[in-house]
Amino acid sequence: MMLSKKSAKVFFFGGTIVTFAMFLVMSFMTLTNEVPKRTHEENLSAEVIAGKKIWEENNCMGCHTIMGEGGYYAPELTKVYDRRGEGFIKAVLQSPVPWQPRGRKMVAYNMNDTDAANMIAFLKWVGEMDLNGFPPEPDYKSTKNNKK
Amino acid sequence: MKYKSQKIAYYFFALALLLLVLQIVYGFIMGFARVGYDGLHEFIPFNTARAVHTNLLVVWLLTGFMGAAYYIIPEEAEKELVSVKLAYVQLISLALVGVTAIVGYHFNYWEGRKFLEIPRPLDYLVVVNVLLFLGLILATLFKGKKRTTTAMVLTMGLVFAALLYLPGMIWFDNQTIDSFFRWWVVHLWVEGVWELILGGILAFLLIKLTGVDREVIEKWLYVIIGLTFISGIIGTGHHYYFIGTGKIWIILGGIFSALEPFAFLAMVFFTIGMYRKGEKKHPNKIALFWTVGTAVVSFLGAGMLGLAHTLPAVNRYTHGTLVTAMHGHLAFWGAYAMIVFAFISYVMPNLTGRKLYESRNGKLAFWLSNIGMFGMTAAFGVAGVAQVYLERKMGLEFGDVQKDIQVHFYVLIACATMFLTGVTYFIIEFLKYGKPNDEAIVEDNTVE
Ligand code: HEC
Ligand code: HEM
Ligand code: HEM
Ligand SMILES: [Fe+2]
Repeated sequence: MMLSKKSAKVFFFGGTIVTFAMFLVMSFMTLTNEVPKRTHEENLSAEVIAGKKIWEENNCMGCHTIMGEGGYYAPELTKVYDRRGEGFIKAVLQSPVPWQPRGRKMVAYNMNDTDAANMIAFLKWVGEMDLNGFPPEPDYKSTKNNKK
Repeated sequence: MKYKSQKIAYYFFALALLLLVLQIVYGFIMGFARVGYDGLHEFIPFNTARAVHTNLLVVWLLTGFMGAAYYIIPEEAEKELVSVKLAYVQLISLALVGVTAIVGYHFNYWEGRKFLEIPRPLDYLVVVNVLLFLGLILATLFKGKKRTTTAMVLTMGLVFAALLYLPGMIWFDNQTIDSFFRWWVVHLWVEGVWELILGGILAFLLIKLTGVDREVIEKWLYVIIGLTFISGIIGTGHHYYFIGTGKIWIILGGIFSALEPFAFLAMVFFTIGMYRKGEKKHPNKIALFWTVGTAVVSFLGAGMLGLAHTLPAVNRYTHGTLVTAMHGHLAFWGAYAMIVFAFISYVMPNLTGRKLYESRNGKLAFWLSNIGMFGMTAAFGVAGVAQVYLERKMGLEFGDVQKDIQVHFYVLIACATMFLTGVTYFIIEFLKYGKPNDEAIVEDNTVE
């Protein structure tokens, strides 16, 4: 065989170093140029950050996805603020019994007004991000649903 | 086996199999919740079951890798492990941290970051544990007589995996940046450094099972892990399409991640090629089944089912749906669960001196678990594709669509039962071998 072990080794280390260097440069540019603009970092208020804490402490991501990441058991929440509005979400979060209009149970968080407001601020902030067109607009609208 | 200290591997495998059984139990809890039987909701809501299911998966796989390393490194370095006592300490503390985390998930003690739910205080204990493990491995390797490519690749994989855990421990206020670094752990693990661990174990098994010259096997090992990193590092971009990180990833992430299957394809050619080339056939056929199976199923689950949704135009629709769960199951099973099963199948006769590899149960374990897992993958896949069309194309409500696809979860549960039967046979075989003993020590286990 023509390929020697030594050249295979160079291929591995060389390829790794080159692509890793490219990766680091792209990551740096993303974090300094793109993310602040696309996520509207200026809108990261104390409420939004408090909302993110609640999001993490309760592992909402274990049932829901946000930006397409999480569990596949419950609705995608990236655009939920647009889709349902503040009052609806507040009712969900403050429900003392598991929220389940379609039969599948959410945890009953029974949140107080502050927590619910912070959570909503977080969801609103996420909904305003520029996500390259995710989630996609459906081609058709079902007559049965109440999406906007 | 050649060195007394290699016996420690057995206890890691025993723990790994125990955690696997628990993982499957939580899988069933979710499967039943999805068809409406959610009686445990009060105590084990879906997010708890999910966190336990996926974390147990990661922990048992890592436990399996550690066991493999404790067996491979002494043999490759030609030196007893530097301290067996500390290896036991490491095993027990690993089990304790793992169990604490899992129990905590039932009491809202976690961080809602998919796959990295372990709370930070426990993260520090994980770090200490892994440092102890790496210390033992590195000390043995560097005090040993030899530093083979196989041992170095395996060790590199383990060290990099530990380093990459760190970015996942930092808190960010911005959800996008949080997610950005979460992928440094999750993606760069499974599509990067874990493939070094996989490659190292695979090379070791092929050297032992086929008797092909080490130099040839290790040369191809470099090619495979080269392909892995060249495609996989920038391939991280396939998780950066839609999380607020910019267009460059749509182009480069798309191209590079579409190249990732080549590393898995190379692994198939490598494994089958070496098997054909080996003139002597090792009598442990069952180990060979699992070894070749690893290469083939990881190519299908990770390579082909990964490719199926990695292009941005497809991923925009499938992102975060059951299509991802389809791929996640077969990829983890084929690449990482099967390599641990392959290694266990290979070492048990060596550790115990009993040669039980002719048994019917061993073959049943292989076929039932694999056919079961393919069925599960198909069930997730059909449900996922239907979900994508109904929800993302037709604009139906999430909850209404879930009712339409519920039937596929009965299929999932049926196939999962078959899968579990296979795993049960595997565990029965494992138990039949009994404990490792010093009488099993021989000069060389390579095929004569
Ligand atoms: C055990 C799983 C589970 C957990 C944990 C969970 N949810 Fe839910 N959630 C659901 C389910 C299921 C629904 C849909 C119920 C239905 O429509 O029948 C839902 C609905 C919602 C909705 C309304 C979405 C819509 O489009 O109608 C919002 C908003 C929401 N959840 C927010 C949260 C937040 C915030 C958290 C964390 C604090 C959370 N959820 C935790 C399961 C869960
Ligand atoms: C053994 C290797 C692999 C394993 C274990 C694996 C496992 C997984 C898992 C568990 C997820 C879900 C992650 C999450 O949402 O947090 C995922 C996502 C993904 N994987 Fe893999 N994978 C592997 C290889 C690959 C390869 C080679 C490709 C591409 C060719 C690929 C493409 C993808 C894509 C595009 C996603 C994102 C899905 C989404 O948008 O929801 N994977 N993988
Ligand atoms: C045998 C019984 C099993 C059942 C019934 C089962 C079921 C499930 C379910 C229902 C989910 C959650 C999907 C969702 O969010 O809705 C899940 C997630 C997951 N399971 Fe399993 N599972 C089983 C075994 C396994 C095995 C053996 C593995 C690994 C080899 C595995 C790996 C995973 C992974 C990686 C995820 C996360 C997927 C993602 O986020 O994309 N599961 N499983
Ligand atoms: Fe990935």
